[in-house]
Amino acid sequence: MNMIQQKCSHSCQGTSCKCGLCCTQITNFGISRGGTEILRNVDLHIHCGDLTAIIGPNGAGKSTLLKAILGEISHTGELLFLDAQNEGTTRPIIGYVPQKLELDSSSPTSVLDLFAAAYTNIPIWLTISKKVRERVRKGLARVQGEHLINKRLGALSGGELQRVLLALALDPIPHLLLLDEPVSGIDQRGLELFYKTVSLLRENYDLSIILVSHDLNLVAEYANRVAFVNNKTIECVGTPQEVFNDEKVIQTFGLDWSKHYQKDEKDEKDRVDNAHLV
Amino acid sequence: MHIWYSLVDLLLPFGWLHHDFMKNALLGVLLVTPIFGLLGTMVVNNKMAFFSDSLGHSALTGIAIGVILGIKNPIWSMLFFSVLITIAILVVKEANTASTDTIIGVFSSTAMALGIVILSRNGGFTKYSVYLIGDLLSINSSDLLTLGIVFVVVIVVWIVIFNKLLLASMNQSLAASRGIKVRLYEYLFAMIMAVIVTISIQWVGILIISSLLILPAASSRNIAKNMRQYHSYSVLIALISGISGLILSYFWGTATGATIVLISSVFFAVTFIMKLKLG
Repeated sequence: MNMIQQKCSHSCQGTSCKCGLCCTQITNFGISRGGTEILRNVDLHIHCGDLTAIIGPNGAGKSTLLKAILGEISHTGELLFLDAQNEGTTRPIIGYVPQKLELDSSSPTSVLDLFAAAYTNIPIWLTISKKVRERVRKGLARVQGEHLINKRLGALSGGELQRVLLALALDPIPHLLLLDEPVSGIDQRGLELFYKTVSLLRENYDLSIILVSHDLNLVAEYANRVAFVNNKTIECVGTPQEVFNDEKVIQTFGLDWSKHYQKDEKDEKDRVDNAHLV
Repeated sequence: MHIWYSLVDLLLPFGWLHHDFMKNALLGVLLVTPIFGLLGTMVVNNKMAFFSDSLGHSALTGIAIGVILGIKNPIWSMLFFSVLITIAILVVKEANTASTDTIIGVFSSTAMALGIVILSRNGGFTKYSVYLIGDLLSINSSDLLTLGIVFVVVIVVWIVIFNKLLLASMNQSLAASRGIKVRLYEYLFAMIMAVIVTISIQWVGILIISSLLILPAASSRNIAKNMRQYHSYSVLIALISGISGLILSYFWGTATGATIVLISSVFFAVTFIMKLKLG
């Protein structure tokens, strides 16, 4: 496979990186489940401040890759988190925003319950301390969701739930934030609010973000690197422009979309060109 | 036990509590029902009603094994077998080849059939029918001691694992991202269920044991707005149903376990109507 990869040290040295953990290296990853090979020879380097989008057809193993990074399922190959000195660290803090929660709309779990369960070991059916409540309130404020604290999870709208889950993934501030199709089935306003928050995070905290998404327009707008998963491996990785012009990607997602994207890019270029004239 | 007897005589000088067996049964109810109310919340949350049912069914085989081995009190063989079948269900479930419903159904019916086949040899099944409907009034002081120990252990374990278990039940990957060993907690919870269901089965009865686990929590769920309410209502409903069921079964001369379940279902009906009315 032809892969475009920067040397990790390249962007990790210097003062731009304050997070301590500067890059995530996935080397020669292989994942099998129930005797079936799902992914093989996966290599991916993710740098601090990057938003790397993972795209690919349904069932290509995108979510499985996230699960392996989380350590939820076993894998072969190496997963390394390197700090500025290129030294491997044992366990990075990972934030994870799932697609959905397993709960029905009548569940009596409140937003506060969910956060308190994650923050403390004191059973939430006994008591939730003022300190925890304050921490939850602060966390929710990060996503403009303070008013949701006493609501039941089942009573939240799709967009509200995703913001709540994002707030949960951000406390403690993670080194690596994994977003697993976080906005499937959310209205346009909720979607914009969600990604606005994610963009703000990238500016304010040094964290790497991996986003699994079906929405190529969104990927084009927010990601600065794209990895295309197909045929059980990463077939192509690079900037959105590079990947969206790749032959295989065009074949998978259709020519129409690719043309549309190129047109957008041209418009963008025109705008930039015209800017000189203004 | 003497302390308990004189305490009851002093505080609750009622006719129905005159006999020692009723005092024993009351203590039994006070120990068993809160645990059922507590664990039931998670059973209902995770839609595990069918699983708790199968635990009850597998007890028959446990009894049968006890009979074959010539153990007088089959509680240990029952415990052993229900833990075994729990592990079997979890292991097969992880292989991801059939739906959980199907797997539990297969194990549950196999265990029940095996138990009935062994116990009905030479047409002697009727003497085991007490396990089907249970007999709370037969509980004695050594049973109560076992129950007391189990009560303390379950409460302690429940306090330790609850938060992590809740996260794991809502989203396994989310739990994993916070360093929770999802499988460990899943197994622990299943084991606790196996132990508490098996221990109580001879007093409550195989046929209704899972209702006792489900109904208080399901009723509470109708009206609770957060986890603390969910748990406190559930425990309260379980306790009230337990005590009033015991009293009524004494006066009506009915099976205690079934009477308790019947009262819990009244609670469900009432809370359900409250939910519809209040929204």
